[in-house]
Amino acid sequence: MSEILSFNHITFSYTPENAEARKAVQDVSFSVNQGEWIAIVGHNGSGKSTMAKLMCGLLFPEQGEVRIKRDVLTEENLWEIRSQIGMVFQNPDNQFVGATVQDDVAFSLENNGVPYEEMVIRVKEALEQVKMEGFINHEPHHLSGGQKQRVAIAGALAMYPQILILDEATSMLDPQGREEVLKTVQALREKIGLTVLSITHDLEEALLADRVIFMNDGKKYAEGTPAEIFALGDQLVDFGLDLPFATKMTKLLQAQGVQLVGQHMTEEELVNDLWTSNFNK
Amino acid sequence: MDIKLQQVSYAYSKGTPFEKYALHDVELSIASGTYEAIIGHTGSGKSTILQHFNGLLKPSSGTVHIGDRVVEAGKKAKELKPIRQKVGIVFQFPEHQLFEETVLKDIMFGPMNFGVSEKDAEKRARELITLVGLPDNILEKSPFDLSGGQMRRVAIAGVLAMEPEVIVLDEPTAGLDPRGQKEIMDLFYTLHKEKGLTTILVTHSMEDAARYADRIAIMHEGKCVLTGEPRALFADSATLAKYRLEPPRVVRFQHKVEQMIGKKLSKVCLIEEELAEELGQAIREGRAEQ
Ligand SMILES: Nc1ncnc2c1ncn2[C@@H]1O[C@H](COP(=O)(O)OP(=O)(O)OP(=O)(O)O)[C@@H](O)[C@H]1O
Ligand SMILES: Nc1ncnc2c1ncn2[C@@H]1O[C@H](COP(=O)(O)OP(=O)(O)OP(=O)(O)O)[C@@H](O)[C@H]1O
Ligand SMILES: [Mg+2]
Ligand SMILES: [Mg+2]
Repeated sequence: MSEILSFNHITFSYTPENAEARKAVQDVSFSVNQGEWIAIVGHNGSGKSTMAKLMCGLLFPEQGEVRIKRDVLTEENLWEIRSQIGMVFQNPDNQFVGATVQDDVAFSLENNGVPYEEMVIRVKEALEQVKMEGFINHEPHHLSGGQKQRVAIAGALAMYPQILILDEATSMLDPQGREEVLKTVQALREKIGLTVLSITHDLEEALLADRVIFMNDGKKYAEGTPAEIFALGDQLVDFGLDLPFATKMTKLLQAQGVQLVGQHMTEEELVNDLWTSNFNK
Repeated sequence: MDIKLQQVSYAYSKGTPFEKYALHDVELSIASGTYEAIIGHTGSGKSTILQHFNGLLKPSSGTVHIGDRVVEAGKKAKELKPIRQKVGIVFQFPEHQLFEETVLKDIMFGPMNFGVSEKDAEKRARELITLVGLPDNILEKSPFDLSGGQMRRVAIAGVLAMEPEVIVLDEPTAGLDPRGQKEIMDLFYTLHKEKGLTTILVTHSMEDAARYADRIAIMHEGKCVLTGEPRALFADSATLAKYRLEPPRVVRFQHKVEQMIGKKLSKVCLIEEELAEELGQAIREGRAEQ
């Protein structure tokens, strides 16, 4: 497996002049392999969006370095590197530049010199992937919240990125829409080995990741498989998160005197345990 | 304050080539003191409807009653300021309602605009910032130098500072961390109960709709297609599917369990606690029978 992105002792402050102020990101290191799906979780203000901006060179670290495919991200190679990264911001309004939905999705393609014919095909394809093909001539700012998020995702997909960074990109989608987008992204991973970094407050989504990075107060509090992270139990709640549905349900059932063998993270595990421990006797 | 929409249609950019109808003949009554959830897929018209509840949008046709005020298509609405004070809206994107230099000024703006003294407004702001889970020192920061979830919390504090009678929430938990989602929803619920507020929640979280709402309205393609009580509504998966919705996770989990044990529980459970109790009982009864 080859490394595609890494943070090497990254520190960043929005107010460098104030030495006492807490840094938005403090001494964070991690490494991501090509094709991995990484979920980044953590309380509000824990530094997640700041990290996303550091990954694509919208901000530069005070200390440490960001590497993309072993190249240190600098002002010089910024544009070249950015063309390999698709980024969806937390607030889609901040990312729209085009007057219409199709112009908007085409914008970064045009900037990267994609030939016109290919651009047309890619824009259409990306908008179909998010089911917004019926809105090509609409103004992006005049869409519903979920429609805006879909268009922002299309903009990133149309780039054919090698790394996709999603900053709460599905927070305003209806549950079906959210599932559809996740499926689309999964399919791209299988097809082209896309690497995904998804910042999310949706713990059920985090459960699907290969690895979870758990942020607290600008520092990396823990990193591991979803099973390892969710085994932290009440610490999750202390630091602004919650337990997955199946884990909460397990606790509630045990409190009702229902026999269960383990702590469960998924519904399947819980249903099976319920059956073997209580019914199949 | 009762809210009633009669035959309300709304077109964006009316009379231009971009005219677009987002609401069609919507009928909806929300009685004073109700906790109403409005659900529906992306683009179904939820945010558009909400903005009629305080006269921010005027219907293209039809009538909106807000308490004793009437906003009618084609007629000039009388003084809407009192309504804006009584009906507080937390918008889908918090950025849309933050504008002052500092968080403190932002939270104080609403109350002072409606005649609360500077001293009292500041007192409210200081109390509320803690209530929404933010540290005091954030009051001096610019609202635009905050993280997404921090902005959301400030926007909520700003609306609560107005002490509205009706609270309208458009996806209020989007961007909040999981613990914050629960705390803020519990806060709204406590205020709803203690102050007898009318609360209107637009949400994609079927779980929140199930946990908190007295009634639910379903929007679909600009129409209000169904209203009812959560238990009845979430028991009917087939109807929900027609509107591209599904029951809350706990209900889906209950279905899985029922399928496994080959027997229905005595009711559809809307929250985890309820399901745990029902299942616990079913298992105890099963044991007793053996
Ligand atoms: N433009 C800015 N200027 C100054 N401080 C900022 C700015 N943006 C964010 N901060 C601060 O930096 C810290 C980290 O913010 P960041 O946006 O990275 O958090 P986050 O983990 O993405 O939170 P959320 O879950 O709320 O989106 C917070 O304390 C925030 O107040
Ligand atoms: N400012 C606007 N100008 C033109 N059309 C708009 C505008 N805002 C929304 N629309 C359109 O009106 C319809 C209803 O939008 P609305 O924002 O009410 O949906 P919603 O139910 O809140 O969706 P979401 O769950 O995605 O927030 C959508 O098709 C949308 O594209
Ligand atoms: Mg963020
Ligand atoms: Mg909306």
